[in-house]
Amino acid sequence: MKARLATVWLDGCSGCHMSFLDLDERLLELAEQADLVYSPLVDAKEYPDGVDVCLVEGSVSTTDDLEKARTVRSRTKTLVSFGDCAVTTNVPGMRGPIGARPLLERAFVDNADLQQGIPTAVVPALLDKPLPVHRVVPVDVFLPGCPPSADAIYETLQRLLGLASPPERELRFG
Amino acid sequence: MHGQHADIVIDPVTRIEGHSKITITLGDDGAVAGARFHVTQFRGFERICVGRPMHEMPAIMSRICGICPVSHIIASSKACDEIMAVSPPPVAVELRRVMNLAQVVQSHSLSFFHLSSPDLLFGFDAPPGERHLFGVAAAAPQLASDGIALRRFGQRVIETLGGKRVHPGWVVPGGVSQPLEADQREAILAEVPEALDAVRRGLEWYRSRLAGFAEEAEALGTSPTLSMGLVHETGNAAYSDGDLRVVDAEGTLLADRTDPKPYWEYLGEVVQPDSFLKSTYWRALGYPEGTYRVGPLARLNVVDRLGSPEADERLGEYRARLGRTPQSSFHYHEARLLEILHAITVIAEILGDPGVLDHHVRSVAAVNRSEGVGVSEAPRGTLMHHYKVDDDGLVTWVNLVIATGHNNEVMNRAVAETAARYVRADRLTEGMLNRVEAAIRCFDPCLSCSTHAIGQMPLEIELRSAAGDLLDTVAR
Ligand code: SF4
Repeated sequence: MKARLATVWLDGCSGCHMSFLDLDERLLELAEQADLVYSPLVDAKEYPDGVDVCLVEGSVSTTDDLEKARTVRSRTKTLVSFGDCAVTTNVPGMRGPIGARPLLERAFVDNADLQQGIPTAVVPALLDKPLPVHRVVPVDVFLPGCPPSADAIYETLQRLLGLASPPERELRFG
Repeated sequence: MHGQHADIVIDPVTRIEGHSKITITLGDDGAVAGARFHVTQFRGFERICVGRPMHEMPAIMSRICGICPVSHIIASSKACDEIMAVSPPPVAVELRRVMNLAQVVQSHSLSFFHLSSPDLLFGFDAPPGERHLFGVAAAAPQLASDGIALRRFGQRVIETLGGKRVHPGWVVPGGVSQPLEADQREAILAEVPEALDAVRRGLEWYRSRLAGFAEEAEALGTSPTLSMGLVHETGNAAYSDGDLRVVDAEGTLLADRTDPKPYWEYLGEVVQPDSFLKSTYWRALGYPEGTYRVGPLARLNVVDRLGSPEADERLGEYRARLGRTPQSSFHYHEARLLEILHAITVIAEILGDPGVLDHHVRSVAAVNRSEGVGVSEAPRGTLMHHYKVDDDGLVTWVNLVIATGHNNEVMNRAVAETAARYVRADRLTEGMLNRVEAAIRCFDPCLSCSTHAIGQMPLEIELRSAAGDLLDTVAR
C-alpha cells in the first residue's frame, strides 16, 4: 500500500509549502510513492486517520491551530515540525512580547476608517503568544529552514517513507 | 447577515493560498439568503515591526507571504528608498522588474495550473479525490508538466537573481545587493523559449475548455465594480512602478496618472466583524458603492495594452470576445495566462540588453525622511507599504494595504452570488459547494498576506430547515 502523506499549515507564510512545491518534477515522483491525503493542495476537508507522515508548517497561534495540532498528532505516525516557524516560532513569534490585544487594536481600530472594532464573529481567538509545535504536541522530526530547501524536504521525505537511508548525523535542536 | 448563524459551512476552503471558511445562510423558504467569506487567521505585521531597524524591513516583510515574497520585498524596499530619499540606479530598477515579473509567472502558474486546472479539466462535479494536481498529472500529463515547468521558470529566475527561491534577500533599500553576471543572464535566457511554449499551450488548452463552462464563466461573481491598477505613462501595464488608474464597470476613467503614494486620500479601510481581513473602498464613491477589484482582470481592464506584441494580440482577441472591461470573475483565469505570457516576454526583453550587467546596482544613503510609501503590483493586485521611522531609522509605525484586501468586498459578493445560483438546500451536492469555492479561486486570494487564516478541519455540511430539522449532510 502507498504511504499516506499530509501537509498542514498553521501560522506560517506558506513559504514552506512553496518550497515543497519547488520539488517541481520530483512532485510527480513523490505522487508515485505516496498519496497526499490532506493538504491545502487537495480537497479533503477533514484530517484523516492513519496518516504516515505529516509536514506541519507554522507556529501554533490561535485556538484553531491548537486544536488542529492535536488532531494531527492523534492521527499521524510521524509528525514533522516543518520550517522555522514550526520549530522556533520565527517571525510569528515576534508578536509574543506584545500580546494579542495591542496587535488587534493597531490593525482594526487605529488603522481602519469604518466599523472600527476587533472582529469576533466566526474567527478564532488568538493565543497571547505563538508557540512552537513541540510545545503543544510531541514532534518526531525537525526540519528547520525559512523555508527548508526543496532538496532538504526531498531527502527527509525519502528517508521517512523508507526509500533512503538516514543521514550519518541526525540534525537536532536543544 | 454576518455569519453569526450559518446553515452551511465550507471549512476550510481548499486549493487556495491561505485558510478561510465560507458560511451560507438559508432563509425560511430554504433558499440561500446570503453567504460570507471569512479569513480566520491574523498576523499583525503592522505592529510587530515597530522598533525594528528600517534595513530589516524587506526581509521581515517577505515573511508575510511565501507565495509572493518578492512583492513585499519590492514594495518594502521602495518605501525604504523613499525614506532614504534616493532613486535606485537604473539597472537596479530593471533587475527589480525582472524579479517581480518572475514572481508573476510563478504565482500565476500556481494559481492556474496547480490549484484551478483540476476544476477546468475534470469539471466542478468530479469526485473531490481526483481534483488536484496529481489527478491532472495522471489524466493530462502535458498540462501538469507545463504548469510545473512555468512555475519552475519563475522560481529559477528568482533563485538565479536572489540566491534563494523563497524569501530571497537580494532586493534591498537603494537597489539590489549583487549585479547580474553574464552566465546568469545566459542561463535565464536559455529557458525562455520552453516557458513561452508552455504558456501558449496553456492558453490554447484553456480556450478549448471554455465552451464547456459557458454558464460558470458568466456566473461566478459578476457584480459590476471599479477596477484599479498601476499603469505606465504610455498606457502599458506597470508592475514595479507606474501610476494609479481606476475605471468603472463601463470603462470610464475615474482616476488616471494618480500618484499612488498618498493612497489614504483615495482609499478607505472597513473592518468586517466576522473576518480578520479588512475591505477597502474608493473614497470618492464611499462604501460599498466604491467597491473595486484589483489583480489580473482589473489590470487588463485599466491598461491600454500590456506592452508586448504577442500578449497584446491575444489581449485584442480577448477584448473582442469579452468586451473592454469584463466583470465576470471567471475571466481572471485567462487574464492570468495572458500576464504570464507578457511577463516572460518582458523578462527576455530586459535581459536581452547587455546594459543589464552594469555593476552599479545600489544607492547608499542614511535616513533622510521620516516617512515613505512603496507601491507595486503584486500578482494579486496593488500592494502598498507605508512606514514611519525615527532619526535612527527605527520603525515607529507601519500600514499595509494588501491586494487581497482590495478584493475582499468583491469576493464576498462573488460567494453570495454563486451560492444563490448553485446551492440548493434540499438536494445539496459537493459540486455545488465546489463552485462556491471556485468563485474564490478565481481571485487567487493570498490570505497569509492579508492576515493568514486557518479553519477548523472537520467538514460537516449540515443542512437545516428554518425550523432546525436536519435536511441533509454532505461530507468530503
Ligand atoms: S519558516 Fe519561513 S518560509 Fe516557512 S512559514 Fe515560516 S516564515 Fe514562511
